[in-house]
Amino acid sequence: MGKYVLRRILYAIPIAFGVSIVCFSLVYLAPGDPLQTVLPPDATADTIAIVKHAYGFDKPLPVQFLIWLGRVLGGDFGISIATRRPVILEVSQALANTSLLALFAVPLAFTTGYAMGAVAGWFPGRRIDRLVTGAAVVGVSLPNYWLGIVLVIVFAVEYMVLPATGMGPNGSPGFNILSWNDAQYLVLPVVTLAMIPIGIIARTTRAAVAEVRNQDFVQALRAKGLSEWAILRHVLKNALPPVMAVMGLQFGYLLGGSILVETVFTWPGSGFLLSKAIINRDVPVLQGTILTLSLIFVAVNLVVDLLQSLVDPRIRRG
Amino acid sequence: MAEINELIVSEPPPLADRAGVGAKQTPPPTRVRGYWRSVGFRLRHDPATLAFAAIVLLIVLAALLAPALAPFDPYKESIIGRLKPFGWRGHLLGTDELGRDMLSRLLYGGRVSLLMGVLPVLIATLIGGLLGVVAGFLGGRTNTAIMRMMDVFYAFPSVLLAVAIAGAMGGGMANGMLALSLVFIPPMCRVAETATTQVRALDFIEAARASGAGTLTIIRYHVLGNVLGPVLIYASSLVSVSVLLASGLSFLGLGVRPPVPDWGLMLSTLRQSIYVVPYVCALPGAAIFVTSICFNLVSDGLRSAMDVRM
Repeated sequence: MGKYVLRRILYAIPIAFGVSIVCFSLVYLAPGDPLQTVLPPDATADTIAIVKHAYGFDKPLPVQFLIWLGRVLGGDFGISIATRRPVILEVSQALANTSLLALFAVPLAFTTGYAMGAVAGWFPGRRIDRLVTGAAVVGVSLPNYWLGIVLVIVFAVEYMVLPATGMGPNGSPGFNILSWNDAQYLVLPVVTLAMIPIGIIARTTRAAVAEVRNQDFVQALRAKGLSEWAILRHVLKNALPPVMAVMGLQFGYLLGGSILVETVFTWPGSGFLLSKAIINRDVPVLQGTILTLSLIFVAVNLVVDLLQSLVDPRIRRG
Repeated sequence: MAEINELIVSEPPPLADRAGVGAKQTPPPTRVRGYWRSVGFRLRHDPATLAFAAIVLLIVLAALLAPALAPFDPYKESIIGRLKPFGWRGHLLGTDELGRDMLSRLLYGGRVSLLMGVLPVLIATLIGGLLGVVAGFLGGRTNTAIMRMMDVFYAFPSVLLAVAIAGAMGGGMANGMLALSLVFIPPMCRVAETATTQVRALDFIEAARASGAGTLTIIRYHVLGNVLGPVLIYASSLVSVSVLLASGLSFLGLGVRPPVPDWGLMLSTLRQSIYVVPYVCALPGAAIFVTSICFNLVSDGLRSAMDVRM
């Protein structure tokens, strides 16, 4: 076990390195000079040279990358061009708000999706299976940004039972999750966020459960006289590893891919920060957010792999 | 898999036949179909998939024939006719915030949205599929180099990567499509690589090599035929994702620029008006949803007809 954990962790390091290279190169994908946003349009050649030197843009790219990486490792992501605040502060606050959504969306999506998939996979071909499969296809095909708008139309415009957007009058610093006045702002974004993962997890679970159910050991368990409930428990445990891999991806999606949903609900999370950074061409924030989110994604996948190998020791030997 | 192989390695006629001894033998009573014919047979007997394919065809036709079908000019603005409900003065689906006819804009919008949905998948299938086949067939160091590079891109959540690339490049339709292609190449490469690695280990490849076939010939005749199934199925399932993501990029202002009609962009601008004409505002999203779900269901139907497991 220890050896597997070590190998898996060592494997994550080059990936994280590659990810940081991609994030660093984002600046150079932008058309024009990255200094464009900092310099006035009438700057003289001398000023440009001085600023270039100050920002380190006169050094060769690999050197620039190493300097940048060194700063990032020390927690210094630079200063936001739009707000003049350190990027690390902006990102960590946004991440806290996104985590608040994920805190509710993840359990909702994982339990609902797994339960739906398990029932459908246990009764393949029956009416309940067709119902779940149909619902799951709807879930994966839904444009969640549109679902968000439709939910706002129904619950905020037509029936006026839930607030449409934002985090409430207190904003993110004073957000009190225990009072309904604040917590009601969570309902629509959480439900919207959970919809796609529910569909994907239900589909994966259905396929995994239906396959495991047909294996010989299930027949053996039944012959041994185990109750259907006990057999279900065995089947669910064996169907877990592939589902866990998908759940890991979906967890990353809930943290990073919520950009569209957060934009719809103007929820001040990491996705919203990212879309603001793109509109303002705020490259340091863009870089910092994407790097943080993708490193979290790498870490989540690492943890999922390790958990998978705990549940299913066969994986370790692979 | 077994069925696909039967297509490629046609069995030699029985020895007795060649000797001319068993020439009068009656043919086997059951008709054996080829792989693609049996896929076609299964598809013809799957009314649900056929129905959804028909809807996809209708959507594509509606987009292609937009100039003939649209009742109004999609760019014609009207100050008095802004944000009108369904059926107002011949505007069957109402008007948008600049008084433009919604039905016409939805028809024209389909062209951009479908193009942005389908083209990146095609590009990714070609490039990713090729990289995957090369990595899988050559193995060794080439495989490691290609697949580890793909792993890095795999480490980004797909929406995030698409938004980051399109955002850094400054948006626009071409950049959006480029970003989506880049997002789809790694998973496509992985599918092709897995399939190729499996095929490569099979005996008939060894046999082909022994009979003197060169690498290119083996790839063309023996590998591609077997890799095509999983790659096609995966590509078809990507179209639905791509339609969603492309409209999402436009929704964020990273795709098509106004005033060009596009479903995602329309949804984003109409979002401000949900208190005035809520149901008109929901239309572009409904178009995205119907397109995406139909592509998804057709892909599911194809998958079971082609009997590919991934």
